[in-house]
Formats: sequence, structure tokens, C-alpha cells
Amino acid sequence: MPQTNQALLGEGEAAHRDIAGRTGDGSFVRIDRLTKRFDEVAAVDGVSIDIRKGEIFALLGSSGCGKSTLLRMLAGFETPTAGSIQLEGAEISPLPPYERPINMMFQSYALFPHLTVFENVAFGLKRDRMSRDRIAETVEAMLNIVQLKPYAKRKPHQLSGGQQQRVALARCLAKRPKLLLLDEPLGALDRKLREQTQFELHNIIKKVGVTCVLVTHDQEEAITMADRIAVMSNGRFLQVGQPHEIYETPNCRFVADFIGNVNLFDGTIEAVAPDHCVVATNGGRLTVGHGITGGPGMAVSVALRPEKIELSREPPADRASNCFSGRIADSGYFGRYSVYRVTLAGGMKLQVAITHSERNGDLFVSGEEVYATCQPESLVVLGA
Amino acid sequence: MDIPNSLRRSAHALTHDWGRRTVIGIPYLFLFVLFTVPFLVVLKLSVSETDGIRFLDLLSYADGVVHLKIKLSNYLFLGSDPLYVETYWSSIKFAGINTLICLAIGYPFAYFMARSPANRRPALLMLVSLPFWTSYLLRVYAWKGLLDDQGVFNNVLIWLHLIHQPIRMMHTAFSMTIGMVYAYLPFMILPLYANLVKMDLRLLEAAQDLGATPWQTFWLVTVPLSKNGIIAGAMLVFIPSMGEYVIPELLGGPSTLMIGRVLWDEFFSNNDWAMASAVAVSMVMLILVPLAIFYRYRADTGGVRGV
Repeated sequence: MPQTNQALLGEGEAAHRDIAGRTGDGSFVRIDRLTKRFDEVAAVDGVSIDIRKGEIFALLGSSGCGKSTLLRMLAGFETPTAGSIQLEGAEISPLPPYERPINMMFQSYALFPHLTVFENVAFGLKRDRMSRDRIAETVEAMLNIVQLKPYAKRKPHQLSGGQQQRVALARCLAKRPKLLLLDEPLGALDRKLREQTQFELHNIIKKVGVTCVLVTHDQEEAITMADRIAVMSNGRFLQVGQPHEIYETPNCRFVADFIGNVNLFDGTIEAVAPDHCVVATNGGRLTVGHGITGGPGMAVSVALRPEKIELSREPPADRASNCFSGRIADSGYFGRYSVYRVTLAGGMKLQVAITHSERNGDLFVSGEEVYATCQPESLVVLGA
Repeated sequence: MDIPNSLRRSAHALTHDWGRRTVIGIPYLFLFVLFTVPFLVVLKLSVSETDGIRFLDLLSYADGVVHLKIKLSNYLFLGSDPLYVETYWSSIKFAGINTLICLAIGYPFAYFMARSPANRRPALLMLVSLPFWTSYLLRVYAWKGLLDDQGVFNNVLIWLHLIHQPIRMMHTAFSMTIGMVYAYLPFMILPLYANLVKMDLRLLEAAQDLGATPWQTFWLVTVPLSKNGIIAGAMLVFIPSMGEYVIPELLGGPSTLMIGRVLWDEFFSNNDWAMASAVAVSMVMLILVPLAIFYRYRADTGGVRGV
């Protein structure tokens, strides 16, 4: 599959989709040049995005990148300094939180400690002046979905972290919001529970069919849960795309570095062809399997994921692939895979991840001379 | 196998417990010596017979028979004499009114103090506790100068030609209530503030997010979550104002008979220690019994944790 690079490639599928991920009509939530300044510091800086109906959209970034501020503007807890938020074509930014058909699941859940599980879920429904019977019916249905029906009479502090999280979800979904906001939904759970809950949460949201914006600093959470991810830094979107696009085709060093591990080579372009280019880097000459808009002499970076590299003790027969020779500097055994750091001839350290597909597979040891190879299609050219 | 281990553990627990018991024991000892013992003395006085000037022992031994004599006539008199019954009611009423007014003024005060910028809160707290720098007696006495017929308020109102005759404010329920509210307001504000400042503000956001207006959020989330602060404040105001003596004496009048005043009269004017003791014991019971029931109820329901 030819890789395309949105930042550098002029043609192809990326061309008709701008950074905002606008897909033309049919947008459900339209955020337009939204800005929020705190004392002249822009927490969110002119962000535009269209979110489709039924989509799970993740805002990914490190703390302080503006993702939470953006979410709080959607919920109505922050007033935008400029720009607009439209839901189904109607402007919602002047509405207070309690008049928006939007519900948020708070980080660490914010369950009412003085109310039972049932009353927590019913809280929002009572505000809608629903009849007693219908409230009971709806709450029961919601608790069924999150499998907490036997716990209806408990207080939040009598539940485990995972159960509290599901109460919080049920409380949000009970109001049948048009837009569901999740603030670090798995942040308060321990690792084992996270993995399990991740899929559960995804399934429930998809089953209900609600459009969802989720905020996270955890790339794994974003990749497994979201249909589309926006990587944020300094209040702006750096890249918007499907998880595999973000991972396989990052458009800048920040995104490549933020999502997963990556080896970055600095270099200059030597030759450009429509379907490939050659870059002279600090790790040697690399053939990259996609064309770019720049010309020879341009300074670029080349990204290479550790798991796309193969190691061997003999020089590879296939001369078309990129090959480095080096020495294993150190290694780490992770059970599922091993990570090696290979010192290349030029001094650069290359990170390589080798999956253990066989039980008694061969492990490399420190100091061994090895050859590291990768296919041209595995490499991505980034702006320097 | 397990025995030496468990023995060692319990030995360790014992030494560990020792330190804890000492720390807890000191205030208990203090309360025992200075509250329980005097209370028992007063209790004994209230049910003892007298032979004119001396109180007799409850237990006496004569002719091989142990006599236990408990004199209940003081209590019976207390229950039948309308003066005492009315005074108790009036004390409860004024203490209750005082508590409600303190709550009505103190809650918004504590609320805005807790929600004000964190760097301004120490100054506001300081202002609340500032009155304690002057003697309580003097501060109560100062109200006389404000509320008297020739006091500041009346003089100003006359000077402004709003009234022609001074309004009678001193020695009324009005003057006493003002004095009580003034004196006890900080005791309401401080526990409420301590509670409200700890409140998780995301809960208020969550309520709004779920469709509650700010007003609904206040009544459905803020107030229930500050229940413990309200109760603590109400106790701190209600209990001492029930037995208040100085304020009714200085600012109250004939219409504001309080039990503290009656107690004083029994002890020092009538010199009827037995009756005075019965009045005191009844007053303590009147406060303790509802309190005990209340704490029992809270222990049963577990209260609201985490807030």
C-alpha cells in the first residue's frame, strides 16, 4: 500500500481533506476557528473540525495542550473567546451547560456521593420532568446496559473504580445526549482493568450509537477507542486522521514521536521520483517508498517504527531494501517482544522491536554484529 | 506454628496501642475530671434529701438495711411548675431562632468565602475570627450603646427625622436576638466554610451538565453535601445559646426568660442548690438526648463519606 504524506504530498487522498478533516456536508458537530484565551495565552488556538454523526473522535495530546479546554467549551463550562460551535447546524456556544443536549463523563467520574447509583443515573432524567415510571424504566435499562442492575441501591463509595466508571457512563447516556464527552475515561483505572474496559466502553458507545468526543493523553486509548484522532499541541491540531493514518503516516516529527516509538533520521533529499525518493541521512542513504513535493537539497526527517525493522546476523540478499549494519548496544525482553538498541556505523542508535513469534526463538545478545533492514514502504518522510 | 507469630503481633499491638491510648486518654481524662465528675455531683445534689443545710448521702445503712433514697420532688416540681416549663420552651425557641438566623446569614457568607479566590480566603477568615480578639462580654455590652433609647441607632434616626420618639429596642426579644446572632455567627460560619471549601466543584459541574440549573444545583447538590457542615454549625450555635446567660442578662428583658438566667437565680438568689441542680441536669439531658439519638442514627446510616 503506497503511503501518502499529507504535509509534503501534494496529490492523492490527502489533498481534498484539509487539516480540519472537513468532509463536506453531513457534519454533525462543526467547530469553526474556536479560540479560548486565558490572560492572552491561547489554550485553544483557532481550531476547526467537523465531527460526523456516530463517530468516536479523540483529542490526543499531552497535558496543557488545550484538549480539556476544548472539551469544556463543548460542554459549556468555558466560554469561547472566538469562533463557533454548531450542533446539527445550530449554534450552541451561548447556551449554558444545562441547556445543551450534551453530556460529559468527568475524569474520576464526579458521581454524587450522597445519592445511590439509581439516583445518580436518575438525576439528569428528573431535570427533564420525566414521569416517575419512565425514569425508573430508563434507569433500569441503562443499568442493564452497563451490567450494574444489582448495585442500584449502593452508594458510589461502595463500588469499585470500574463500577463507578460504568455508573458515570450510564448517568451520561441516560439523557440520550446528542453528543457524549469523555474526559480521560480510563485515566482512573489500573492497567489490567483499562484494557478490558476500553473495549467494553467502545462497544457500549457503538451500541447506543451516540456521537462521542473523548479526551486522552494515552495514545493507546485513543488508537483503540477512536474512529478518528486529532493530535493536539499548543492549542492546535497537528494532524487529524484515522488511528492507522496517524500511526503509519504521521505528518510531522511531533506526531511521529508522540504516537508510539519511532526512529527519526535527519537528512537531505538526494533524488525525487513519482513513487519514491532517496534521502541522505545520518544513518546512511535511505530509499523511501513514496514521492514528495520537495526537491533535492531539502532538509527532512525520516521516520521508521521499531517494529518495521528486521534483524539478521547475515547480510540480507535483497539489496533493494534499506540495510544498516551495527552492533547490539542493549536489549530489553518484554515477553511478547524484545526491544534492541542497535548502534549504527555512524553512531546513531536505532530502536528495533522484534516479536517473539516462536517460543524458543533466537535472541540477540549485546555486542553482536547485526544487519537491520527495512522496506522502503516502511519509511515516512517528515518535514524537518 | 502460628502461635509465636500471633503472640508477637499482639505484643506489638499492645505497645502500639499504649501510645494511642495515652493520646486519646488525656482529653478523656480531662473531660472525665472536669465534666463527668462535676455532672455526677450535680446529679447527686438534685436527687438528695437535705436536713436543712446538709445534703444527705443517697445510700445509708441503718439496722442492717441499706437505704437508697432518691428524691424526685425537684424534678416533679420542675415538670409541674409552668415557670420552668415555659422557660425551657422559651430557651429552645430563642436558641432555635438564633440557629436559623445564623444559618441564613452564615451559609451565604461561608459559601462566597469558600468560592472566593484562594489568595483572598485567609483575609476573609481573619475577618470572621477578628471579633474574638476582643472580650465577648465587652462586645455584647457594646450593643447596649447601639440599641439604647439614647443609643447610637435611635439618635441617628431622630437626627435624620425618620422618627420622633426613640424606638424601644433594648431589653426586648429583638435586642437579645441581635446579640445572640452577633455572638454566635462565627461558630456557624467556620464549620460551614471548612465544609464548603473542600467540596468537589466537579460535582456542581456534573449537576449542571445533567441539566440542573444553578438554583437546582445548589439545593440538590451543594446543600446535601454540606449537610455535615450545617449540622456542626447548628450544634455549635444551638447548644451554647440554649444555656446562654450573659446575653439575656445584658440585652434581654422580662419577655426573654432563658434557662441560664433561672439557673443563676436558683443558685445565687434562692440558694436552692438542689432545685438548681435539677434545672441544670434537665437542661443537659434536653440537649444530650437528641444529640445521642442523632449520632446513633448517623452511625447506623454511615453518614455521607468522602465529603
